[in-house]
Amino acid sequence: MNRTFFAALTLTLVLGLSLPAWAGSLKINGSTTVLPIAQKVAEAYMKENPAVSISISGGGSSNGLKALIDGNTDIADASRFIKDKEIELAVDNGRYPVPFAIAYDSIVPIVHPSNKVNDLSIEQLRDIYMGKITNWKDVGGDDRPIVVISRDSSSGTFETWAEKVMHKERVFAGAQMTPSAGAADQAVAKNKYAIAYNGIGYLNKAVKGLAVNGVQGSKETTLNGQYPISRPLFMFTNGWPSGETADFIRYVLHPAHGQKAVAATGYVPLY
Amino acid sequence: MNKRFLKEKLIRAGFFVTALVSVLVLGMIMVFLFSQGLPIFDQVSVGRFIFGTQWYPTAEPPDFGILPLIAASVAVTAVSSLIAIPLGVTTAVYLAEIASPRMRGFFKPVVEMLAALPSVVIGFFGMVVFAPFLLEQLDLLTGLNLLNASIMLAFMSVPTICSISEDAIYSVPAELKEASLALGATHWQTIYRVIVPAALSGISTAVILGMSRAMGETMVVLMVAGGASLIPGSLFDPVRPMPASIAAEMAEAPFHSEHYYALFAIGVVLFLFTFLFNICADYIAGRHKQVGAATL
Repeated sequence: MNRTFFAALTLTLVLGLSLPAWAGSLKINGSTTVLPIAQKVAEAYMKENPAVSISISGGGSSNGLKALIDGNTDIADASRFIKDKEIELAVDNGRYPVPFAIAYDSIVPIVHPSNKVNDLSIEQLRDIYMGKITNWKDVGGDDRPIVVISRDSSSGTFETWAEKVMHKERVFAGAQMTPSAGAADQAVAKNKYAIAYNGIGYLNKAVKGLAVNGVQGSKETTLNGQYPISRPLFMFTNGWPSGETADFIRYVLHPAHGQKAVAATGYVPLY
Repeated sequence: MNKRFLKEKLIRAGFFVTALVSVLVLGMIMVFLFSQGLPIFDQVSVGRFIFGTQWYPTAEPPDFGILPLIAASVAVTAVSSLIAIPLGVTTAVYLAEIASPRMRGFFKPVVEMLAALPSVVIGFFGMVVFAPFLLEQLDLLTGLNLLNASIMLAFMSVPTICSISEDAIYSVPAELKEASLALGATHWQTIYRVIVPAALSGISTAVILGMSRAMGETMVVLMVAGGASLIPGSLFDPVRPMPASIAAEMAEAPFHSEHYYALFAIGVVLFLFTFLFNICADYIAGRHKQVGAATL
C-alpha cells in the first residue's frame, strides 16, 4: 500500500519535473508599456495551451531588443520602432528583427467633469507639467491653481507622455506622482482642479477627457493618426516567426483573443 | 543519565539554532541590501545623493538626489508622532490606571484591533474618504498630502505606542502607588508624579518603536502622501516619503540599472534610520531599567 503510493508519487514527480523539458517554451522581454498586454495575452494563451510555458520580463524596450539581438529572447516588446544601430548590430549577429505592430498607446489628459476647459494644446500641456502655467484661468478655466498629477516616472504611460508631450523637458517636482492608472483616475475624480493623464482605455464617467490640439482622443482618431499623443507598440521576432513564436504572435493579433486583451489593458486595439 | 544529558544538549542546540535563524536572516538581508545599494555611489557621490534636491531617476541624464524623500519621511514621522504620542500614552494611562476592569476588557481588544487593520485598508480610507473630506473642509489644492498621511500613520502607531506603554505602566510596582496614596497624594498626582515617571523608560521605548513603524510604513504613504518629490513647506503639501518611492518605482526599474541601485541605496538610508530608532529604544530601555521599587 505504502509502496504503491510512493511509486505513484515518484512517477508524478518525475513526470511533472520533466514536462517543461519537452513542452514548448517562449521567452518575452522588453518594454514595460507592452508588459501588461504581454502578461494578459500570455496568461490566456497558457490557459489554452497548458504545455507551453511563457516567461516574461520587462526591462525596457532597449533591453528587450538587445536580448533579441543577442539571441536571449524569442520576442522583444518595444514601445518604439527599432533604431538603425540596433538593426546593424542584429544583422552583424546574424539575426533579422521583424516588427509586428500589436496595439496603439493613446494617452488622454483628464480633468474633473466640472472643469470648464475642454481642449488644450500640446504646448499648454507641456507648460502645465513644467510648472510654467499654474492657474486654470491661463488656459480658459476658473481662477484656481492647477493641481498637476503625473504617473510615476518608471511607468510606460509616463514614457509616452514624456515623449509626445514633454519633448525632453522635465515634469516639475511639484507634480504628484501616482503609482497606478487607478490612483490617477481616483485623484482627478475627487479633485475639481486636478489634471492627470491616462491610457484611453481607462476613461470613464467620473473624469473628463480633454481634446488635444482640437482632436478628441478616441479609437478612431488614434487609428487614423489625427490624435497627437499616441504611438504604436511592437513585438519584434528574430526572423519571420515559426513554431511556438508564430502561434503566439497570431494569438496576439487575433481580434477575439490578443486584441481583446489589448483593449482590456487600456490600449487601443488594431481593429 | 548519559541519555538524559544528550537530550538536554540537543534541546539546547535546537533552541540556539532557532534563535540563530533570525540573526542569519537579518545578516543576509543586510548584506544583500548593501551590495545592491552601494554601486550607485560609483555614479553619484554620497553627498550629492543625500543632499541633492532633484529626484529624476529616469530622466536623461538622471538625477539621484533624495533630500526631498528624506525630508518627507522625517516630516511625516514627526507629524504623526505629534498626534500618536499623546493619544497612545493617555490611552495607556487610562487603560492601566483609571479604567474599570470591564472598560479595560472592552477598550484593550479594540485598540489591538486597530493594529490588526491591514495598512492597505487604512490607505484606502485615507484616499477615498479622508482626502475628499480634507479637500472640501479646508479648501485645499489636494487632499493627498503630508497631513493626511501623518494622520493615517498615527492610526497605525497608536496601538504600538499604547500597548507597550500600557505594559510599562501596568508593571510599575504596586508599593510605589500605595506609598504615594498613603502620603496623601490624589490619584491624579500619583499618576503624573509617580507612575508615569516610573514607567518612563517603557513609554519612551514604545514611542520610539511607534515612530520607527511610521517611518517604515509603505502602503499608506504610497496611497495618501501625494507623491511629489518636493521638500515640504507646509502641512498641506504633497510629499513622497522614501518607502513610497521604493515601492512605486522598484517594479519597473531595470535590473541592475542605476535607478535600481539608487532605490536600494534609499533602502539603506531607510534601514539606517529605523536602526537608529531601535538603538535609541534599546539604550533608553537599558539605561532606565526599573529593577525594583528602590531605584526610583
